[in-house]
Amino acid sequence: MALSHLSSTRSNRLLRPLAAAASSLCRPISTSTEPLVIETSIPFTPHKCEPPSRSVETNPQELLTFFRDMATMRRMEIAADSLYKAKLIRGFCHLYDGQEAVCVGMEASINKKDCIITAYRDHCTFLGRGGTLLEIFSELMGRQGGCSKGKGGSMHFYKKESGFYGGHGIVGAQVPLGCGLAFAQKYNKDENVTFALYGDGAANQGQLFEALNISALWDLPIILVCENNHCKDVNLFLLLDFLRLFFTLLLLWNRVLNGWLFGRWHGHC
Amino acid sequence: MFRILTQRVLGQSLLQQGIRPGAVASASRCFASAAKDLTVREALNSALNEEMSADPRVLLMGEEVGEYQGAYKITKGLLDKYGPDRVLDTPITEAGFTGIAVGAAYHGLRPVVEFMTFNFAMQAIDHIINSAAKTYYMSAGQISVPIVFRGPNGAAAGVGAQHSQCYASWYASCPGLKVLAPYSSEDARGLLKAAIRDPDPVVFLENELLYGEAFPVSAEVLDSNFALPIGKAKIEREGKDVTITAFSKMVGFALKAAEILDKEGISAEVINLRSIRPLDRAAINASVRKTNRLVTVEEGFPQHGVGAEICTSVVEESFGYLDAPVERIAGADVPMPYAANLERLALPQVEDIVRAAKRACYRSVPMAAAV
Repeated sequence: MALSHLSSTRSNRLLRPLAAAASSLCRPISTSTEPLVIETSIPFTPHKCEPPSRSVETNPQELLTFFRDMATMRRMEIAADSLYKAKLIRGFCHLYDGQEAVCVGMEASINKKDCIITAYRDHCTFLGRGGTLLEIFSELMGRQGGCSKGKGGSMHFYKKESGFYGGHGIVGAQVPLGCGLAFAQKYNKDENVTFALYGDGAANQGQLFEALNISALWDLPIILVCENNHCKDVNLFLLLDFLRLFFTLLLLWNRVLNGWLFGRWHGHC
Repeated sequence: MFRILTQRVLGQSLLQQGIRPGAVASASRCFASAAKDLTVREALNSALNEEMSADPRVLLMGEEVGEYQGAYKITKGLLDKYGPDRVLDTPITEAGFTGIAVGAAYHGLRPVVEFMTFNFAMQAIDHIINSAAKTYYMSAGQISVPIVFRGPNGAAAGVGAQHSQCYASWYASCPGLKVLAPYSSEDARGLLKAAIRDPDPVVFLENELLYGEAFPVSAEVLDSNFALPIGKAKIEREGKDVTITAFSKMVGFALKAAEILDKEGISAEVINLRSIRPLDRAAINASVRKTNRLVTVEEGFPQHGVGAEICTSVVEESFGYLDAPVERIAGADVPMPYAANLERLALPQVEDIVRAAKRACYRSVPMAAAV
C-alpha cells in the first residue's frame, strides 16, 4: 500500500525512476470475484451427525479480505502485548494471536443477527463483529472512548447491536449464557444461532455440561466452539522446557568433555 | 436538642416523664377498606399470571415450576395457561439454568427464575453477581439484564443448617442488584410486579412460612396495574418512643412485640423495610429523628447483616438524635440447629424484640430480678 502511494503522489524527476522501480516491485493484488473452491486439509471427525462438506466456495477478493483482517488482528495483538509490557494496559491482557482464523472464518459465514459470546480472549472477536481499533485500544488503556467507556477493560468488550455479548472473566460462565442467548433466539422464533466459544480450560467446567444437557433437552440453536490453545497445559510446557534445557546442557557438557579428553580443541583452535 | 441533653443528663425513662404512647395504626391504613383476604401464595401467583399475560417476554424457569405446579404451589396453573414454551421445568442444575436465564435476559427476554430455596442459589451465585448484577456497568449501559431471581429465603421449620440461611445481606451488599423482601400479600403482589417490570436484576426474597398466611387486601391491590415502588419502606404501625425496623417474617414478630410494648406504655413504630437494596434510609432516619431510639430486627446472621448497615446509616445521618445505643436483634451466630428448642433459641422471638425495645428505652429489667 505504501509502495502504490509512492508511485501515485506527485514526485520530482529524481524520484520518478525510483517510484517506477518501486511500483514494479508491487505485487498485484487480485480483486477477482471468480469463484474458487478450496478443500480443507484436515477431515472432520463427526460424532452422531453428518460431517459438513470439506469443499468451501470463496473467491480471491474474499480470501484477501480474510488475510487483511487476520493481519490487522495479529498486529493489534502484538501492539497490545507491547503496551501491556509497558504497563499502559493494566490488570489482565489475554491475546488471541494465532487464533485469528477462528473468528474470521466464523464471521465469513454468519450475520450480525447471529450472536457470539466468548470468554476473556475477546479483542479479535470484538473487532470481527464490527468494533474499531480505536475503541479497542481506548478500552484497553482505560479511556472514555473505549467500547465500554473504560469501565470494562480487556475482558469486557460488548457490541450488542452486532450480536456480540462479551467478554466474560469467569472461566466457563459464557457457555450457559450463550445457551441463554440461543434460548431467546428460539423463543423469539428468529432464524438465527448463537456461537459460544470456550477453551480447553473451560471444557472442565461443570456448568458447561449442565448447559449442554439443557440445550439438548430443549433443542436450542447453539453451537459450542472449543478453541484448544493448550493454555491449560502450562505445566506440561514448563516440563518440556526444562527437559529441553537439561538435554541441551547435557549435550554441551558432552562436547566439552570430548574436547578436553581427546584434545580436539587443538585442532579447532 | 435541649430535650436530648436533658434526657442524657437525667437518664430518666420516657414513661417517668409522662409521655403518652402514640396512636395505634392498623396494617391496612394506607388504602381503601379491606376487600378480601389473600394469602401470600395467591398474591404471588396472581402477580406472575398478570405479568405473563401483559408481556409475552416474561417467562418462568425453575425446578418443578411446571408439571408439579411449583414446589410450594406458587406457579400453580401457569403451565396449563401459558404452555411449556413459557413455563420451563429445569433439571437440578442451578448454575446451568441460571446462566441460561441470564443469557436470555441479555437478549431481551424477561425471565423469572425460581430457586427452590436461596440456599441452592449459592450454586448459581456467580451468574447472579458476575453475569447479571455487574453487566450493565461493565458494558457501559449496552446490556441491561431484566431478570428476577425469586424463592424462599431464611429459616423454615426444622430443615437444618444447609436449608435455613438468610441471604438478604449478601445480595444487598452488591451494587447492580435490587433486593426486595415482601411481608404481606400486598407487598408480595406489588413488589413482584415491580420486580418483573424493572430493567435491572432483582433478587426477590420470599419466606416459606408466610406463603400460607392470609392478609386483607383492598380492591386497589387486586387491580392488574398495581405495583409498589422499589426502594420505599412502609410504616406498618406508627409510634413515638422507639423505631423497630424489620423485613419479611420478622415484621409480623415486630408488630406482635409492638402490641406487647403498647400495654406497657411504650409506643413502637414498626417499619417494614420492603426493599433491602436500595434501603429506604430517608424513612428510617426520619423515624429515628422522631422516636430517638432504634431496634433493628432480622433473621439472618448478625455479623455484616442488614441491621449493621441500618445502624451505620443512622449513626452517619442522625447520630445527634439518638438517645440510646442502637439495638440489633438477629439470628444466633451459629449454623441453624435441627432440634426444635435449639432452633427456637437460634432465631429472634417476639420476647427478644420486646426486651431490646425496653433496653433502648432504659426500662430493661436487670437479669438478677428475672431469677
